[in-house]
Amino acid sequence: MVSYIFRRLLIMVPTLLAISMIVFIIIELPPGDYLESYVAELQAQGENVDPQHIEFLRENYGFGDPPVQRYLSWIGGMLQGDFGYSFEYRLPVTDVVGDRLFLTILVSMATILFTWMIAFPIGIYSATHQYSWGDYGLTFIGLLGLATPNFLLALILLYFANVYFGTSIGGLMDAEFIGKPWSLAKAISVLEHLWIPVVVIGTSGTAGMIRRLRANLLDELQKQYVTTAKAKGLAPFKALVKYPLRAALNFFISDIGNLLPSIISGAELVAVVMSLPTTGPILISALQSQDMYLAGSFLMFLATLTVVGVLISDLLLAWLDPRIRLMGANTK
Amino acid sequence: MSDASRKGAELEHFVSSEPFDPQLIDHAVSPEQQKYYLASQWQLMWWKFTRHRLAVVSGVFLLVTYFSILISEFLAPYALHTRNVDFIFSPPQSVHVIHEGSFVGPFVYGTKYRLNMDNLQRVYTEDKSKIYRLRFFCSGDEYDFWGIGNSNKHLVCVEKGGTMFLLGTDRLGRDVLSRIIYGARISLTIGLIGVTLSFSLALLIGGLAGYYGGLVDLITQRVIEVIQSFPQIPLWMALSAVLPVSWSPLLIYFAITVILAMLDWTGLARAVRSKLLSLREEEYCLAAQLMGARPKRIIARHLLPGFMSHLIASATLSIPTIILGETALSFLGLGLRPPITSWGVLLNEAQNISVIALYPWLIMPVVPVVLVIIAFNFLGDGLRDAADPYK
Repeated sequence: MVSYIFRRLLIMVPTLLAISMIVFIIIELPPGDYLESYVAELQAQGENVDPQHIEFLRENYGFGDPPVQRYLSWIGGMLQGDFGYSFEYRLPVTDVVGDRLFLTILVSMATILFTWMIAFPIGIYSATHQYSWGDYGLTFIGLLGLATPNFLLALILLYFANVYFGTSIGGLMDAEFIGKPWSLAKAISVLEHLWIPVVVIGTSGTAGMIRRLRANLLDELQKQYVTTAKAKGLAPFKALVKYPLRAALNFFISDIGNLLPSIISGAELVAVVMSLPTTGPILISALQSQDMYLAGSFLMFLATLTVVGVLISDLLLAWLDPRIRLMGANTK
Repeated sequence: MSDASRKGAELEHFVSSEPFDPQLIDHAVSPEQQKYYLASQWQLMWWKFTRHRLAVVSGVFLLVTYFSILISEFLAPYALHTRNVDFIFSPPQSVHVIHEGSFVGPFVYGTKYRLNMDNLQRVYTEDKSKIYRLRFFCSGDEYDFWGIGNSNKHLVCVEKGGTMFLLGTDRLGRDVLSRIIYGARISLTIGLIGVTLSFSLALLIGGLAGYYGGLVDLITQRVIEVIQSFPQIPLWMALSAVLPVSWSPLLIYFAITVILAMLDWTGLARAVRSKLLSLREEEYCLAAQLMGARPKRIIARHLLPGFMSHLIASATLSIPTIILGETALSFLGLGLRPPITSWGVLLNEAQNISVIALYPWLIMPVVPVVLVIIAFNFLGDGLRDAADPYK
């Protein structure tokens, strides 16, 4: 197991390096140097440009150095927790981000849990009652859920909430808690608001997972050992839960790799529509104003979150399923 | 065989005393069976596809919508940029047939406009005293039809003096229905062009990786892994945000298509690769190699046709991803920009809750987006089932 973890971590490093290179290329893509456009923008707004401030930034962020050196210092800074400087907010990126990273992770985790809780029973029902009315109905609803883009679903929900309840369902906590330090009351308020975005973001992922779980479990149920077990008189419930379900369960965890990128993508979009205080709105405003350091850090962060999520799912899977754990070891 | 009806009953013991003639059995092929056995693979696929009702309906729906983008100018009651300054944020009008108990044919009532001085809200009310009949194949806004010539014929418009905003108007008084019909042109083509691009990329890269294996395969696999570990939409957003503002709308359109395609090919490339890896071990492939065929010929001529149908089915399933990608980007204001009109650009106006509360008809472009995406999903589902007709 230890060697598996070690190997898995080793694979992660080049992936993260490649991701960081792509992100850095994106940061560098807009023509011109930030400071030039930054100064120009300040002057256009009729503000005083503090030459000392500019000089400080120029030195600190190494404008004028060759790209490779800048890349190295960017990466180095990130490893030490310095994510660069947001030109729009005139603050270090870490200060801008603050709570938002945590809330993004919270929303994503809650969505994964929601997806599991819904997909699990429905998937099992669909697989054990294949071609029944229930199966058809659930499959159809699932297809609808899969096809409806979640930010549009958010728009529609906002509309109906407004028409029928006259309230806005946006936000992730009651207004009085915004910007306040964390407390029990704030946490409760967050939990109260959390479910709507979670449902909205989770719909398409849930639908996809139901389909995959159904297909997987059906494959498993058609295997001969299940027939044997049934022929030998094992109770139907036991013949389902004891072996086939456990085999299909592995897939549940390995599917995080599929689920996580789409959930994070969806969360960013839904966050904009429902004005959630997660990374989404800031990422978009950063992109719109071409505040590339801030945007780049977000992108890097989201990609890292995905990679780490997949890593965790792989490790869990290896822990659950000895075949995976041992397969790699034998070939090496 | 009626096995089910005999379930549980005791089987009779039966032995035929006649001599066994194997020839007899072979003749027992009905014309239908013969037709089935002789049918080509594509014929079988077609038969299997037509049995998936939902897929057929979706296919027809998509054909009709795609056909509509050829004649958007004619279908839309108003031109794309016609502003009705007297009817800003006018709510949808409904079509009536009967006026005060008498049949008049399809018509709309006039609208009265009043500014609510308390909150400066525009209030439109139906004016039941005025009736405007709808006319078919009538003259309306002038348009240039694909550079062939000018025309002013529309499928349906209203008598002179009246207005017909079946889905209301936007903040510049432009007819939302007409704009949705025009928007289909961009939204639907971006899906097709994008998928063509990503499909070619997937064939090329997946084909090379699968056929050569080894180092090429290893590098491709890692690249795909890296691309797939990015959450797709944020990366799309970042790439389209760095497009220079000075580019012309047409250039932006193509750039956005390329960006969408550039991140979409990975799944398909993986499918191509894994299929090729197994197919290249087949004997017919070895035979082709021994006869001196080049890799290019082997891949394109012998290997790819073997699972082309699968690929087309998966490509169909990735069209909605691209359409949605464009819609999401434009919705956020990072994708296409006016004057180019796509469904996403239209939805961009419905971004905040106050708009939705006051002018809910502005979220109408959601409907065609969802319909098209569902249709593509069903169609792809049907195609995927049909792709393997021997199952």
